[in-house]
Amino acid sequence: MSVMEPAPAAVSQSGHDYFATLARWKIWEILFWAALAGCYFVPEMDRMLMSRVIIWGLFAMSLDILLGYRGIPSLGHAVFFGTGAYVAGFCGKYGWSEPISALFFAMAVAAALGWLTGKLVQRVAGVGLLMVTLGLNLILFDFVLRSTDLTGGDDGLQGIVIAPVLNMFRFDIYGRTAFWYALVVSFILFIATRILVNSPFGLALIGARENPRRMITLGAPVEGDVSRAFMIAAAIAGAAGALLTQTTQTVAPPTLSFQRSADVLVILIIGGAGRLYGGFIGAIVFILLQDYLSSISPVYWYFWIGLLLVVIVSFFRKGLLPSLDALLQRFIKRKPDAPS
Amino acid sequence: MASILTVLFNGVAYGFLLFVMSVGLSVTLGMMNFVNLAQASFSMLGGYILVTAMQSHGLPFLVCLPIVFVLVGAVSVIVERLIFRHFYKTDDLTQVLLTIGLVFMSIAMATYFWGGSYQRFDMPSWIIGQKEIFGLTLETYRIFLVGFGAVMAVALIFGLERTQLGAMVRACVDNRRVAGACGLNTELIFAFTFAIGGGLAGLGGALSANLLGLDPNFPLRYLVYILIVVSVGGMGTITGTLIAALTLGIADVLGKYYFPQFGSFIIYLLTVAFMLWRPHGLLGRGA
Amino acid sequence: MSGIILETRHMRMAFGGLVIFEGIDFALRRGERHAIIGPNGAGKTTFVNLVTGLLKPISGTIWLDGQDVTRQSPQQRVKSGLVRTFQINSLFKALNPLESVLLALLERDGRGRIAWQKVAAEKQQIDEAMALLARFGLAGDAYTLTDSLAYGKQRLLEIVLALALKPKVLLLDEPAAGLSTQQGHEVFSQLANLPGDTAILFIEHDMNLVFQYADIVSVFAAGSMVLQDSPENVRKSPRVREVYLGA
Repeated sequence: MSVMEPAPAAVSQSGHDYFATLARWKIWEILFWAALAGCYFVPEMDRMLMSRVIIWGLFAMSLDILLGYRGIPSLGHAVFFGTGAYVAGFCGKYGWSEPISALFFAMAVAAALGWLTGKLVQRVAGVGLLMVTLGLNLILFDFVLRSTDLTGGDDGLQGIVIAPVLNMFRFDIYGRTAFWYALVVSFILFIATRILVNSPFGLALIGARENPRRMITLGAPVEGDVSRAFMIAAAIAGAAGALLTQTTQTVAPPTLSFQRSADVLVILIIGGAGRLYGGFIGAIVFILLQDYLSSISPVYWYFWIGLLLVVIVSFFRKGLLPSLDALLQRFIKRKPDAPS
Repeated sequence: MASILTVLFNGVAYGFLLFVMSVGLSVTLGMMNFVNLAQASFSMLGGYILVTAMQSHGLPFLVCLPIVFVLVGAVSVIVERLIFRHFYKTDDLTQVLLTIGLVFMSIAMATYFWGGSYQRFDMPSWIIGQKEIFGLTLETYRIFLVGFGAVMAVALIFGLERTQLGAMVRACVDNRRVAGACGLNTELIFAFTFAIGGGLAGLGGALSANLLGLDPNFPLRYLVYILIVVSVGGMGTITGTLIAALTLGIADVLGKYYFPQFGSFIIYLLTVAFMLWRPHGLLGRGA
Repeated sequence: MSGIILETRHMRMAFGGLVIFEGIDFALRRGERHAIIGPNGAGKTTFVNLVTGLLKPISGTIWLDGQDVTRQSPQQRVKSGLVRTFQINSLFKALNPLESVLLALLERDGRGRIAWQKVAAEKQQIDEAMALLARFGLAGDAYTLTDSLAYGKQRLLEIVLALALKPKVLLLDEPAAGLSTQQGHEVFSQLANLPGDTAILFIEHDMNLVFQYADIVSVFAAGSMVLQDSPENVRKSPRVREVYLGA
C-alpha cells in the first residue's frame, strides 16, 4: 500500500468545517467588544477606571497563554508587566515620548526577558516552578526598590512625558484618550492572541499542556515551546504594563510586586483559564469589585477578595466562564428539540 | 572576631524560628502534597494569641507557649477538616490560590480584631538583657530561642524516627495509598500531623512576635521565607528543613549585617539558582 | 548497506545499583516484524525507553539507519523515523481524535510552529487525519473527547498517532493490552497492511498474536536476551518455558 486511500469526501469536509467553526467569530464576542467600547458613551462612566479594567484584562489574557493554554502556572507574571511599565516610563522620562513606538520597545524588552525566563524554567515543574517564578519576581522587585538612583525607589519614576497618540490625541485627566488607546491596543493584541490560539502552534501548546511526554514522542520541541510561550505572554504583559504607564504617566514598584502577580492570577482564575475571555471577564469583576469594596471599607476589602477566591476555587473550580458555559449547556440539553 | 560570632549566633536563632514555623508545612506537603500558604497565617495567629494572653490576661510567658500550641493546633485541624481536605486531589495551583485567599482573609480579620499597627508588649524581665557565654555577649532571648529550637528539632526527629506514631507518619509520607491499604487510618494521622504542624507554626509566630514584629501583614512578609525553607529543604524531610532553615537564617542575618544595601536580594538569587539546580530540594524525594 | 535499521551495541543500563542490562546487542532489520517476549521485569519496556531516548544508557551505542543516535534527543529520533506507542494509553484527554492526529501530522510536516494562520488552513493534513481515522474505524468518533472514548478505541488512537508520523521503525509497547482477542487481531491485521519496509518491533504477552504476526521473536529474561529465533522454534524451545516458569 503506497498511497493512503482518501476518506469519503463528506467525512473530510466535516473536518474542515470543524476547525473553521472553532475559529469563527461568535455573536457574543462581537457584542462583548461592542459593549466594552460602548462604555465610553455611558454618562458618568469613570473612563480611567474602565481603561484600568481593560489593561488588567489584557494582562490576565497574557497569563492565560501560559496557564490556560500551555498549563504553566507562574507566580511571577508581574515581572513582565513591571518590565514593560518601567521601560515605557524610562522612555517617557528620557525624551522618547512618542507612545506607540515606546510601546513596541517595551514589548520587545519584556519578550526578551520572557524568553530567558522560559529557558530557565523549562525543566522545573510543580512546586519548584512556583518557587522559581516567585523568586524571580522577588529579585526584580527588590532590585527596583533598591536601585533608587535608577528607578526612584519607592517613589517611582518622576517626570514621565507622553506625547499625544498619533500626534493628535493628548492624554487628559478625563481618560478619553487613555480609554481608546488602551482599548484599541488591547483589541489588536487580543486579535493576535486569538489567531495564535487557533493556529497549529496554539494546538501544539494545548497538546503539551495535556501530555508533554506524548508531545515529545510526536517529535515536538516541547522545551523550546515553553520559551516561545513565555516570550509571547511576556510581550503582551509588557504591553499591558506600558499601557498603564502611558495612560497614567506614573510608574512605581507595585507594578512588579508579588501582590500584582497574585492579583492577575486571581483575575484569571475568577474569569476562567483557557478561554481567552476569562482574563477580561475576571478583570471586570475584580477591578470593579476592588473599586467598590475599597471605597466602602478601605481596610477590610481584601477580606472579600480572599473570600471570593476561596468560593471560586471551591465551587466554580474552573472559573466563572466555564461554569456558566456548563450551566448553559445543561439548560440547552433539557430542551427536547434543540439542535445538538 | 566576637562580633562575627554574635552575628552568626543571631542567624542560628533566626534559623530555628524559621524551622519551627516551616516544619509542619514540610511534613504535610510531603504527606498529602498540599501547598498550604496559610501556614504563615497560623504563625500570625500564634503571635496574636501570645500577645493577648500576656497583655490582657496577664499570663506568664512560659505558660502562654503551650496555650498557643494547643489553640493554634486546634484551629488548624478545624480548618483542615472543614476546608483543606477537600483539596488534596487538586493541583498545586488551586491549593496555592485557595490558601492565598485564606491568607488575605486572615490579614483582614487580624486587622479587625487587633488593629493594623504593630503590637507592643512586654517580655518578662528574666528573658530581657544579655548574658556572657564563652566570652561572647549574647541576648538572653536569642539564647532561649536557640535552646528551644534545638530541643524541638531533636524531639521531632526522635519522635518521627523512634515512635510508633512517627513510623505511621513516615509511612504516609512515603506512600499514602500503600499505608492506607496496610490498615493505617491515614485521614486521622494526617489530621493529627496537621494539628502538630499548625501548633508549631503558631509557636514559631509567638516566639517571633518579640523579634520580628507582629502586624496583620506578618503572613505576607514571612510566607516567602517559609516557602524557601520548605522547597530548599525538600518536602517531607525534617532534617532537610532544619538544614535549610539554619542556612537561610544565618545567610539572611549575615547578608543584612555585612551587605545591607542588597537586602534580601542575595537570598532570593541563591534560592532561584538552587531550585534550578535541585528542583526537589536538598533532601526531597526525586533528588 | 545492510538490511539493519535499528541496532544496539553493548547497551548497558542500571538504576542505582540495580543492573537492568549487562550489555545488550540487538538488531532489527528493515521491514521485519519482530516480537519481544519475556516475563515481567525482564526489561522490555526499559529497552524501548532506551532506544527511543526517554532514558539514557550508561554505556554502549544505539544506531538508527546507519547513524549513531545515542546522544540524540527523543525528538530527533522521532524525526529520523523512530516512533513508539505506550503500554498505558498516553493521549491528549481534552482533545478529540481529529485534533490529536492532526497534532502528529503537523509536527511530522514541520508545521507545528505556525502561529499566524488558522489550523483550518492546513487542509492537506486535515484530509489525511480524517483518512487515517476512517481507516481505523474512528471517523465516527473524530469529534468525541478522547477522555470519553471507549478503552479499545483509545488503544487504536494510540496506534494511529504513531502511524501518522510515517515511521521507519515502529515500537509498540503491548498494543493489544486490554483489548479483546478479536480487537487484538484487528489491530495486528491493520499493522500487517503497513508498507513492507516499515520495521515493527512489538512487546506482546498474547502468544497467539506473537506467533501469528511475528517473523522473528526475541526472548528477554532478567536483563539479557536469552533467545532469538523464528516463532516456531521459540514455541518449541524448552529454554523459553524455563524462563517463564522460572524452573
